[in-house]
Amino acid sequence: MIHLSSLTFSYGRGAPIFSGFSWSAARGEAWAVLGPSGCGKSTLLNLLAGLLQPTGGKVLVEGQELHRPRPHTGLIIQDYGLLPWATVRQNAELGLRVRNFYGPDGTHAPRDYKPSLQVDPWLKRLGLQDVAAKYPGQVSGGQRQRAAIARTLALEPDLLLMDEPFSSLDAPTRESLQGLVLELWAEQGLTLVTVTHAIEEAAVLGQRILLLGRPPNREPEVIDNPGAAQPGYRESAEYAAVVRELRERLMRL
Amino acid sequence: MKRGRVLVATLALLAAWQLLAMLLRQSILPAPVEVARTLVEETLHGELPKHFLASLWRVLASTLLSIGLAAPAGLLLGQSKRLNEFFLPVIYILYPIPKVVFVPVLLLFFGIGDLSKILIIFLILFFQILVLVRDQAAALRPELILSVRSLGAGRRALFRFVYLPASLPGILTALRQSIGTAVAVLYVTEVFATRFGLGYYIYFQGSSMINYPAMYAGIVVMSLLGLALYFIVDWLEKKLCGWQNP
Repeated sequence: MIHLSSLTFSYGRGAPIFSGFSWSAARGEAWAVLGPSGCGKSTLLNLLAGLLQPTGGKVLVEGQELHRPRPHTGLIIQDYGLLPWATVRQNAELGLRVRNFYGPDGTHAPRDYKPSLQVDPWLKRLGLQDVAAKYPGQVSGGQRQRAAIARTLALEPDLLLMDEPFSSLDAPTRESLQGLVLELWAEQGLTLVTVTHAIEEAAVLGQRILLLGRPPNREPEVIDNPGAAQPGYRESAEYAAVVRELRERLMRL
Repeated sequence: MKRGRVLVATLALLAAWQLLAMLLRQSILPAPVEVARTLVEETLHGELPKHFLASLWRVLASTLLSIGLAAPAGLLLGQSKRLNEFFLPVIYILYPIPKVVFVPVLLLFFGIGDLSKILIIFLILFFQILVLVRDQAAALRPELILSVRSLGAGRRALFRFVYLPASLPGILTALRQSIGTAVAVLYVTEVFATRFGLGYYIYFQGSSMINYPAMYAGIVVMSLLGLALYFIVDWLEKKLCGWQNP
């Protein structure tokens, strides 16, 4: 699904964040990218989203080299992703409106795209019907992130990228949304990449965890966490062990 | 504001006017009833509509011109730190200057036709809109732009779905703040060197014709013009920018 081949990236003339970095993720996998701030994890996600271009090497998604955002990739960011002047429903419709605006040109929307504005099933699935007519400023942080998820999933992505999606939320809301994302991941057959600085979140959302350290990153460091995404995993001894291991590895970076 | 309360205030002001006219009993302050009669008469058989349309055209043309130029410029400055820093001192100096002092200059450069009148109102609105739209655009988070781009939006869709709606509140606030000044300055420009417009009509009826009821009718129409513009902006703000006061 994703293949980075000797990726090199730096901002302007700054020191490289990635240097000859190669990494692959298979279709349907749930990955977490973990690392301290400044390690380049958001940069990696923006590269995968096609919002940044590599300085060297290639970013391949589904075998295609990426030069711009890809219609079947969804991106969810921490906050500020919703239009403040549009209601929850209008925000959920935004991706479809953008597609309808361009039509099925293969660049901004898939070639087989049929114009639609149907977001009701997603509003319902995400429990947003009652707040559909409200503005983002009038609903809770959890509801805002649900709206962002609805907006992204309405575009039927096969790859879902999330950048610290739940870090501004309180713990119960965060946990319930993590559960929801895992449900949707399994239900929709998504490939999931979540960037986070929270060890616990990485252990919950990543069946495989990519650790990034101080730049430049050259070799991917991967920890397998096959139990993630299973019910009750958070309470298991396996989870506790992975969290401990991640903490020790992060300390050593 | 509730409609009922606006109506009550209107009636109270008319009553006060009537009372004052009855107390003074002078031709320079005709009673509202008499002014109303003249207003109807001048509208149906006189030249008042012609003057009204001339003024309306000047206000509308300058408003559209200033929105059309100031809003894109404001968006550009708000999104580009470098451009904004370059132009900041210029705007800083020009913004607070009362633009009405440029009336004689514009008359000299652009003559006594519509153009000089439209340009002076344009100057007043331009800076107001520029500054407010710029601040609104600067407040757009880069994360928001990125996330809309990730939905497939290119430049055109960003303009349609982000920049255009983001600049609306700035435009409307600027219009609400300056529409009164604009109509006042319109009056000043129409007093001299023209034969069309409500300013000319008011001045001409008052000073040359000594027809005070007609002068007052002109004042009423000019007030209504300002009020109507204000109400339209108010209505648009409620309709389009409801998200700002949830």
